[in-house]
Amino acid sequence: MSKLTQFGNDLYTGQRSFDFVGRRNTWYIIAAVFVLLAIGLTALRGGFVFGIEFRGGSEFRVQSTSVVEQGTASATAIADEAVASVVPGANPRASIVGGDSVRVQTEQLTPAQTEEVRAALAEAYGVAESDVSSSFIGATWGADITRQAIIALVVFLLLASLVLAVYFRTWKMSLAAIIALFHDLIITAGVYGVFGLEITPAAVIGFLTILGYSLYDTVVVFDKVRENTSEDGVESRRTFAQSVNLAVNQTLVRSINTSIVAVLPTASILFIGSLLLGAGTLRDIALALTVGTIVGTYSSIFLAAPLYVHLRQNEPELKKQGTRPRVARTESGAVR
Amino acid sequence: MARTTTERKAIRSLVWLLVIIIALIAANGASVLFNNGQWTPKLALDLEGGTQITLSPQLSSGEAVTAEQLERAVAIIRQRVDASGVSEAEINTQGNQNIVVSIPGEPDDETRERISSSAKLEFRPVLVADLPSNSTIGEEGAEDPTTDPSASPSAEPSAEPSADPTAEPTPSASPTDASDLAWITPELQEQFDTFDCATVNAIGANVAPADEPLITCEQDGSIKYILGPVEVAGERIADARAGLISSQTGVTTNEWGVFMEFDAEGTAQFRAVTERLVALVGVQNQFAIVLDGSVISAPRTISAITDGRPQISGNFTEESALTLADQLKFGALPIGFEIQSSENISATLGVSQLQSGIIAGIVGLILVAFYAFFQYRALGGVVLASLIVAGIVTYLIITYLSNQQGFRLSLAGVAGLVISIGVIADSFIVYFERIRDELRDGRSVDGAVEAGWKRAWRTILISDVINFLAAAVLFVLAVGNVRGFAFTLGITTIVDLIVVALFTHPLMQLLARTRFFGSGHPLSGLDPQALGAVYRGRAQFRAPVGVTSTKVASSSREAQKRQTIAERKAAESSGEGKGSR
Repeated sequence: MSKLTQFGNDLYTGQRSFDFVGRRNTWYIIAAVFVLLAIGLTALRGGFVFGIEFRGGSEFRVQSTSVVEQGTASATAIADEAVASVVPGANPRASIVGGDSVRVQTEQLTPAQTEEVRAALAEAYGVAESDVSSSFIGATWGADITRQAIIALVVFLLLASLVLAVYFRTWKMSLAAIIALFHDLIITAGVYGVFGLEITPAAVIGFLTILGYSLYDTVVVFDKVRENTSEDGVESRRTFAQSVNLAVNQTLVRSINTSIVAVLPTASILFIGSLLLGAGTLRDIALALTVGTIVGTYSSIFLAAPLYVHLRQNEPELKKQGTRPRVARTESGAVR
Repeated sequence: MARTTTERKAIRSLVWLLVIIIALIAANGASVLFNNGQWTPKLALDLEGGTQITLSPQLSSGEAVTAEQLERAVAIIRQRVDASGVSEAEINTQGNQNIVVSIPGEPDDETRERISSSAKLEFRPVLVADLPSNSTIGEEGAEDPTTDPSASPSAEPSAEPSADPTAEPTPSASPTDASDLAWITPELQEQFDTFDCATVNAIGANVAPADEPLITCEQDGSIKYILGPVEVAGERIADARAGLISSQTGVTTNEWGVFMEFDAEGTAQFRAVTERLVALVGVQNQFAIVLDGSVISAPRTISAITDGRPQISGNFTEESALTLADQLKFGALPIGFEIQSSENISATLGVSQLQSGIIAGIVGLILVAFYAFFQYRALGGVVLASLIVAGIVTYLIITYLSNQQGFRLSLAGVAGLVISIGVIADSFIVYFERIRDELRDGRSVDGAVEAGWKRAWRTILISDVINFLAAAVLFVLAVGNVRGFAFTLGITTIVDLIVVALFTHPLMQLLARTRFFGSGHPLSGLDPQALGAVYRGRAQFRAPVGVTSTKVASSSREAQKRQTIAERKAAESSGEGKGSR
């Protein structure tokens, strides 16, 4: 058995315990710092960098060209020249993606110009014209995706809060889970903002998928929390906070395992996607998801559970809990 | 007894799974045999190579497209794409407002134009035509549709409005009605004279504002027209069909005609127009039906239509009548569309993307399997087997939907499948960790499998519901390749539930009966000692060698009974440890 199993045993019995709930102010501060960093640094960098889908323009991709081997500078110079020969002053941006592809982005071109640029690029890079793909994207396309994404986000949040509130029979769990979800979304988006990575529709897909994933993880933790706290009842010797903390500790190994297992495929997409293809759909989805999964696991443990305790600690019923047994023990041994 | 029922249940579940798999294989086989289906899912354009054009409606702010309008637009665009001879084009709506046209290969400019040209069906009165019409518009019993080419071969000279010779686009002697020849300015006349019918189709955008005259030609380029402003918009047509015309006495003739029906507003508009036109002579008596800027029919008006149910008669064949009826019915795009994005993907790029996706999936699967073996020893085999079963079921479902519903696997969809490996494996982990928790509480292996399942199932269910909710919301609301991704994610969530309930759990039930797992062999991943079971020293953890299975069963059942008390004690002791802190 691995060390993690032994670790899991200790956590399960309470032999070893991390005080996730007790030190919640520390976690709040850490979360707040990260959220502020994500927002602040993004703002300092001048906001998000949006992909061509949001700005509008034309994009070409030259596939499997040997020119790349001569170095980045010459490969992009060729693109500049080829595009300039068709559309002077088009101001192309060329970059090497993956092992042997070149991506060229320009301002919006007419269909006729697009065809000409394609032919010019194919010739310049010495590939067949079928190996040059082109796309034209109107500037409203990205805005459209964003608007729909925001609608999807809002609808999902409403439905998910409702489902969680019904399932856990308390809106407070649902609220805590949603707050943790926002934390995950902000930090993941922050990674894009801080490092100046392009936000593409694929990245937006990634963000939206975090929705499901982040909650998935929180649900697993909360399910155990509910089990522990409902078993306790009013007669518990544990305080409410202690019950929650035990639950978090007991699910810690599970959380770690599920997260690792979830991250392994996304990371392999991320790695293989960027290694073989460079920036593109696969990498963009996977990057957002990998970050989101890791942050989502963190927030389920360090944010969602403590928040839940925070939200409920002032309930009179729970305030009594944990004090009563001690009194009972000293007096008659029977509670009440 | 308990054992046999559990075992029977487990086997029954596995049989159900087998039935599902066989049914899916049969369904796929049927579509391969009878429906031109295939054993692999169809690929979307980003994997197959081709062109994808996204059209967005041109709306003024605050306006919204209705689902009906969008559906109608799709039907019209489909007709147009089909007409251009492109096979296997896919036309779908997206995000409740866009239309996506996917065409394999690269469309020529003409097709592109045809797709994006804003189709408008409109009724305009004819002002000038270089040939009169040979069809008529009337109500009942068609008049003799004989052509009389001698009527007025060229109306140009007389059409000159003498009012003002200035080259203003709109005549200063403002026309009194749509048929007023005052619409024709010298400039317009000049345009008309030099107008070449061959350019109508090539440009494809031969449109004029609704309140201005239009120079255009018959679709086949045979007749040139100057038309008045739009009097009835195409949207006013409620229905149109082709049929045999019956005479006034109700006898069906052999003559094909087209029957139209206007909505209330159209009826009123059309009555006003026909009442005026019927009194006019020459080409001005004609009424042009303009589709996409060219005239598809310009019948003479033989009577005023008051009930909004005109019929067009003439030298129709069955085919030409059906075509015209279809054009009338579907001709009017209720909204204008513009190309929002157009993406051309080379087939080689698609293939390499698909390969990368598959490689990423295999690598991901291997990594997950490795981790599972590391964490759960022999149970890793259960994880791997379950993932493979999930993979088979998912593949069959996707292939089936691809054959039946036209689903196409996109790159984002492939990403969704790869990511689902993790999500599905998560369920097994939730389950295994639950079993381990139960073992730690001192249950026997088979008891832990049962108790763990009950609790894990609830967790798996709610988290899958949340996941599915996310996928469903994304699918319904999102645009672009988000849909393909959401689709595969949603399917795999359902597959996850099926596999964990019908495969993983019954497999665990059966494995718990084996000596290797049941006795908690150190390599089984269920070793109670290693799991630090609170309640130790009972023989049930090490099933004695040579004991018959019935004895094991009864003893373990007995043990379970006793365990409940023990477990309670154990829980209490751990609770005490906590409470006294």
